[in-house]
Amino acid sequence: MKLLITGGKILDPSQGLEKIADLLIEDGRIAEIGNDLSSQGAAVFAASGLLVAPGFIDLHVHLREPGEEYKETIATGLQAAVAGGFTSVCSMPNTTPVNDNASITRYILDQARQANLANVFPVGAITRGSLGEELAEMAEMKAAGAVAVSDDGKPVMNAQVMRHAMEYARDHDLVVADHCQDNCLAACGVMHEGKYSTLLGLKGMSGAAEDSHVARDIMLAELTGARAHIMHISTARAVELVRDAKRRGLPVTCEVTPHHLALTDAEVLGFDANTKMNPPLRSEEDRLALIEACADGTIDAIATDHAPHHADEKMLEFDRAPFGVIGLETALGACFKVLVESGAVSVMRLVEMLTVGAARVFALPRGTLQKGAIADLTIFNPDAVWTVDPVKFKSKSRNTPFANWTLRGKVIATFVAGREVYRAEE
Amino acid sequence: MEFKLKAQVMDAAGISRTLSRLALQIVERNAGTSDLLLIGIRRRGVPLAERLADTIAQLEGQRPPTGQLDITLYRDDLSTVGPRPVINKTEIPGDVTDRAIVLVDDVLYTGRTIRAALDELVDFGRPRRVELAVLIDRGHRELPIQADYVGKHLQTSDAEIVKVMLTDYDEDEQVVIVEKE
Amino acid sequence: MTKFTRKDLLGIRELSVEEINTILDTAHSFKEVSARSIKKVPTLRGKTVINFFFEASTRTRTSFEIAGKRLSADTINISASTSSVTKGETLIDTARNLEAMAPDVIVIRHSSPGVPHQLARLIDSSVVNAGDGAHEHPSQALLDAYTIRERKGRIAGLQIAIIGDITHSRVARSNVHLLTKLGAHVRVAGPRTLLPPRFAEIVEDGEGSLTVCAKVEDAILDADVVMMLRIQHERMSAAYFPSLKEYSIRYGLTLERFALASQEAIVMHPGPVNRGVEISSDVVDNARSLILDQVTNGVAVRMAILFLLMQSRGLGEG
Repeated sequence: MKLLITGGKILDPSQGLEKIADLLIEDGRIAEIGNDLSSQGAAVFAASGLLVAPGFIDLHVHLREPGEEYKETIATGLQAAVAGGFTSVCSMPNTTPVNDNASITRYILDQARQANLANVFPVGAITRGSLGEELAEMAEMKAAGAVAVSDDGKPVMNAQVMRHAMEYARDHDLVVADHCQDNCLAACGVMHEGKYSTLLGLKGMSGAAEDSHVARDIMLAELTGARAHIMHISTARAVELVRDAKRRGLPVTCEVTPHHLALTDAEVLGFDANTKMNPPLRSEEDRLALIEACADGTIDAIATDHAPHHADEKMLEFDRAPFGVIGLETALGACFKVLVESGAVSVMRLVEMLTVGAARVFALPRGTLQKGAIADLTIFNPDAVWTVDPVKFKSKSRNTPFANWTLRGKVIATFVAGREVYRAEE
Repeated sequence: MEFKLKAQVMDAAGISRTLSRLALQIVERNAGTSDLLLIGIRRRGVPLAERLADTIAQLEGQRPPTGQLDITLYRDDLSTVGPRPVINKTEIPGDVTDRAIVLVDDVLYTGRTIRAALDELVDFGRPRRVELAVLIDRGHRELPIQADYVGKHLQTSDAEIVKVMLTDYDEDEQVVIVEKE
Repeated sequence: MTKFTRKDLLGIRELSVEEINTILDTAHSFKEVSARSIKKVPTLRGKTVINFFFEASTRTRTSFEIAGKRLSADTINISASTSSVTKGETLIDTARNLEAMAPDVIVIRHSSPGVPHQLARLIDSSVVNAGDGAHEHPSQALLDAYTIRERKGRIAGLQIAIIGDITHSRVARSNVHLLTKLGAHVRVAGPRTLLPPRFAEIVEDGEGSLTVCAKVEDAILDADVVMMLRIQHERMSAAYFPSLKEYSIRYGLTLERFALASQEAIVMHPGPVNRGVEISSDVVDNARSLILDQVTNGVAVRMAILFLLMQSRGLGEG
């Protein structure tokens, strides 16, 4: 089985490659990159005018299965993933039941194999039931295929439990990914605390609730030597803390979502629950700091925090509606518009955060076009401008804050291990 | 909206003469002024009522009390007409019960304004008698209402508008027939 | 000719000065109706007003009910506990159920900010916000402004102190928007735990100004109007302040503190009053206390709101 992708601009941050060339895939792996490669015996994909990058990797996705299949299934979530150019997604453990043991991990992987689209790398829970008390069976989950541990959505509030989690995770070479939020300080807030929460009379979560928790995790990473990953970082101060930790050589990484890069708390003014997520949309000052952190390398990865919810749930009162928005199918377009079109970062840097940058965080064997690597590819048109129509989403849910936005950068085709899993409609 | 002037019906002196005649008829039919109460319908009925009261004062040596009605809240077309000026106050001195009331308006047309005024008036009490005085009766009634005192009857078409202009509100003092351009 | 063409009255923030003045002027005419022996005009005969209250309220609900009845509208009260919504009734279901009753106006109070706005987008009836969480309470601010204007003859240039729990107060927010739009200089004060962050920034336009004062005394000094806010007893358990006694001593309006205001200062309170907590009894019963005038004027202002919305509906159909 051979596939020749001709005339595209190859963009591979893992080897600093940015040139127009042909790319040959054999038996699901990258065979060669070069000029005028022979197409003999190969299917041909003409990619001139397009960018050819390693398949995108999303460290933070809620596939909702098992337990909340009315919001999303692993199959529909993966259809959304490949439509958004993602060839690998890391599934968060806050399913029902929680992915806190190897049998759930195996179930998720079985469903992913049946869907046969993007790769799924499960993230297991830190604590049993994500209750923040007893450690989950991390080593067993790792043996079953988990790549990291996290109690996403339910921050581990007890610092001593977190310390033990980090020490134990280090023994088993697992990254501890944390949703950083001091729940007491966040005080049941439903949006960022600032001018707009005051204006709207909605309970606010102060940036300090995130900052103090990030500071704690950095200190615990230093204390334990474990690798700590700060998920969906959203404040200027938290970015500074991570920047400083990296400068000191601590094993700390972080990710940012497209919506935190594109939107601010001013979006909440219309009481649309599709602007409600956790962490909340922050201030413009925070947003600009996140963009700067993308540019200077503080941010390791773009992660969508794809969080499907049924329309009925989002139609509740703003303060009762669940947190979260979907993001797989708008990530590239939103990031391209906010980061690249604005001139803040290069296409190369954006692709780095979507590929090898993300792969390094959880040590995933993906994110590169080096010879012999598994041929996960995303081919996209950086100039295509399109309007977001939620009805067209492959995801089962429609809860996007980008409805009717005009985005730039469109996925044309997605390949997993050399096999075409998505092709845009003409 | 532009209007085309079609005819002048009364000038200032004509209005004054007509009001004198109406005043005389009112005191004649009411045999004096003892129970009399003149109530002008906003807006132009109000100065007309005041002027009638002034004239009656000259004739009888005693000025009948006056009041004013704003019928906005009693209209039957709230949901079909355009935005109006802010509604004004209704002011009626004392109790209307057992008084002889003369409602005063500038133009009698469909009769709907008078219907609303009567409805509003009876919410204030039970007058002994209610009469109606108008400067112009232009016909086209939609309700069984007639005036007791009429300054002038006019034959008009529906397209025409009768404008009573009084110096209290307008630059000129006259009655004209105009038509929408 | 003043125009009021809104479908809904959701908040003060989005109103223009002209719209505010139209409501206040219209209310002035309706006050006269309430003074008649027959306190009823046929204006809204055959129209239906539903008072849909998800939160306990006697004063506001009764005021809207009387306002509707004096205009001859059929007013229906529905009290719902928010728990029925927690059971899974979405706002769409709530909206459809309301629409099925074909009301012309829905007056809604809800503990969640934004519910009137969300409903207004979903239904054709006019929606009046009678208080949404800590967000807005436009009819209260309008009746407060009416009361101030009636007594002081103006609002522009007045020094107005608003004291107490600003964080949880929709009355404070709506009043700040309204009074600053009309040119008043508003000063707020209260315990720092009950002052929301960046409060001074919520004023975006208007001739007036908004100042957050560090001390209650600073806000009251030389004020023309002192507006006290109700303290909810449950705030104590959430560690906003140590005790009602300490609150009353440090932040309550006593005669001594009231004496710091201008000689003709008036005192207002949206009610219900906690005598001896945020305001002492001798201030409540003071001749310069307009707390009952506020209640009286509330009916006239709400009549004006119902009237103008209904008139505006007519415009849309015509």
